[in-house]
Formats: sequence, C-alpha cells, structure tokens
Amino acid sequence: MKRACLLATLVALTIALPSARAATEADYKAAYAAAEAAAKEAASLRHQWTTTVSTLTAAKKAADGGDFDRAFAAAKEAEALAKASIFQANSEKEAWKAMEIR
Amino acid sequence: MKTPFSLLLGSVGAALVACALTSPRVVAADKVDPVADAKAFQNFFFQKFPNVKREDFVNGPYSMNEDMKRQWQEKEEFPPYEFALDAGKEMFATPFKNGKTYADCFPNGGIGIRQNYPYFDTKEGKVITLELALNRCREANGEAPYSYVKDEMASLTAYMAYTSRGKPMDIKIPDDPRALEAFENGKRYFYTRRGQMNFSCASCHVQSPGERIRAETLAPALGILNAMPIYRSEWSGMGTTSRRFVTCNSQTRAVPLEPQSDEYRDVEYFLSYVANGLPISGPGARP
Repeated sequence: MKRACLLATLVALTIALPSARAATEADYKAAYAAAEAAAKEAASLRHQWTTTVSTLTAAKKAADGGDFDRAFAAAKEAEALAKASIFQANSEKEAWKAMEIR
Repeated sequence: MKTPFSLLLGSVGAALVACALTSPRVVAADKVDPVADAKAFQNFFFQKFPNVKREDFVNGPYSMNEDMKRQWQEKEEFPPYEFALDAGKEMFATPFKNGKTYADCFPNGGIGIRQNYPYFDTKEGKVITLELALNRCREANGEAPYSYVKDEMASLTAYMAYTSRGKPMDIKIPDDPRALEAFENGKRYFYTRRGQMNFSCASCHVQSPGERIRAETLAPALGILNAMPIYRSEWSGMGTTSRRFVTCNSQTRAVPLEPQSDEYRDVEYFLSYVANGLPISGPGARP
C-alpha cells in the first residue's frame, strides 16, 4: 500500500512538474504570435470578439511588466477566444438560416 | 450487352429528367423574395402578439408592457428628445458657408421624407441611409461630416423624423440584383450570431421581445427603426441608428463595425423594408 502511494505521488509529480515550469519570454512570444494570427483572421471575417482584443492587450501588458507566466496564459486564452470566433463565423455561414422567420 | 447499356442510358436519362424537374424548386427556395420575407416577418409578430395594435410595434418595449407604456405616455408630455429636436430644426434651416442648406440636398426640401430612407442607389450600387445622405450633403457643400452616432447627427435626423411622424415606412427595392443582394446581406447580418455571447440581433428582438434581459425589456424587431433616432436614458443622450447597431454589437461582446459600414447599411435596409407600412414614430425615447 505504501509502495503504491509512493508510486502514485511520483507519477503525479512527473505529470505536474513540466506544466509548473515558469513560462519564458520565448514561450510568451510564440503564444502571442499564434493568438495574434488567429485574431487577425477573426477580424478579417468581421467576427472579432471584444474579449479577444482585451485578452491580447492583457497579455502584452503582463509581458511588458515581466510577468511571463501571466502573459503566456493570457496569450493562450486569447488564441482560444479567437479560434472560437473563427468557428462561429464559419458555422454561421449556414446556421443563420435556422433562425430566419419564414 | 445491349440490354444493360440501354438500361444504363435509361437510368441516366431518368436521373437527368429528375434533376431538371427538381432544380427549379431548389432555386425557387433560395430565391431572394423581399415581399414574402416582409409578409412572413410581420405575420410572425402579429401572431405572436395578437393584442398589440399593429401600429404600436414601432413603440418598442412600450408596446410589450402596459405599465411601461403608461409611464412613457406621461413622459411624452415633456419628451427628453425635445432639445435635440429644437437644435435639429435650427441646424436644418441654418445655411452652410456657401449659402445652401440641407433642404437643397433632399427631395421635397427634406421635409416628410424620412419614411423613404434608406434607399438603394442604382448608380452607386449601394444602400444610402439618411445619416449617410446628410453627411454627403455636408461634404458636397464644403462642410466637415458629423459623427454618425450622436449629437448633431442625432439632432438632424430627429428633426427629419419628426416631419415624417405618422407616415408609413415606404422602402423600395428596385429591380436590380445588387439591391436584392443588399437586402439578403442585411437579412443574413440580422440573423447571424456574433460575439462571445453568441447572440444575433434576432436572439433578442425576434425570439425574446417583451422578455427582460437584466433590467431592460426587449423591443420587437418589427418597426424597431421607425422610432430612430432615440433618446436613451442608458446613454443619457440621443443616439442614431448607427449608435444602436454599434451598442448592440458591443453588448454581445462583438467588436462593432464602423458606423455606416456596408453591413450596417444593409441591415438597416432589411429592417426598414420589413417594417413597410408601419408609421414613423421618431424621434423616440427609450429607457
């Protein structure tokens, strides 16, 4: 039983440790570039969300303050928001018809 | 071998005939038919709210709630848009630096014509709204354009709407494929979900008129532009149709488009056309 507990703890630590690593500036820059590209695509589809813009701004602000953990997390969130808005834009190309009064 | 080949030929022939017979129906279903759309749109609201008088839909949330209606009727004795109306009347009559006035830019001297806007300009191939026409008038006479969302533009359109009060909305769609496309684009914009809230204009103003969203009672989409421009207590001031679209987008957490963008002009065209026959009630007042 003790051995099993030890093993479980080791496995949990193995999984948790890499994600607990602090984000670097390079991590942030890569995440921000990906988020920015997705946001540009959403804007070109005329489906940009205000939250994408504000989250991108928050990411940049955190990076400017040297908090790359927060900057990285915000950039990832902005990318997810932008991708969701792109999905919305594409799915609505047909889906809007379901709402139409006929 | 001959029999199977003739069978195959027969099958292909039958398939072609079937396609030829069915394809016109598919085209017909996708055909842009503004008259049918307007009829369906109006009937939807008339049937959903059988106790609301048809001409009352232009009064937005007040048509949905008796208590609100009574409060609004009291308020109409000293309406909050009165200052804008007076300012608009004065601005309308004041000549530009070149001596001309707004009246020189519009049919009938700009009086009693609100119900004809927006219209489709067949030369330009685009929808022209009243706000756009007013700024074009200014620029053609050497004046700087006004902001599309409030202040002077709201005052001018308030005065022009007032001179059309009671006149039925009368939007025309010329026999021009570009006009039909503009109508269809406006319709698509109206029903398309956008923003993080995943709302379309229809989510509030077709599916939920009369219901509350936070403290607000939602207005029906039918006749929603007939009351424009409006004094909104929420804005503590006047706002134009452009302002209304921009605000709606922001509220769904969508980045608004530029005022008088093609999309906004087209959705104004669609919403105005489907309200044909309902009276102009602008300028209006809303909570």
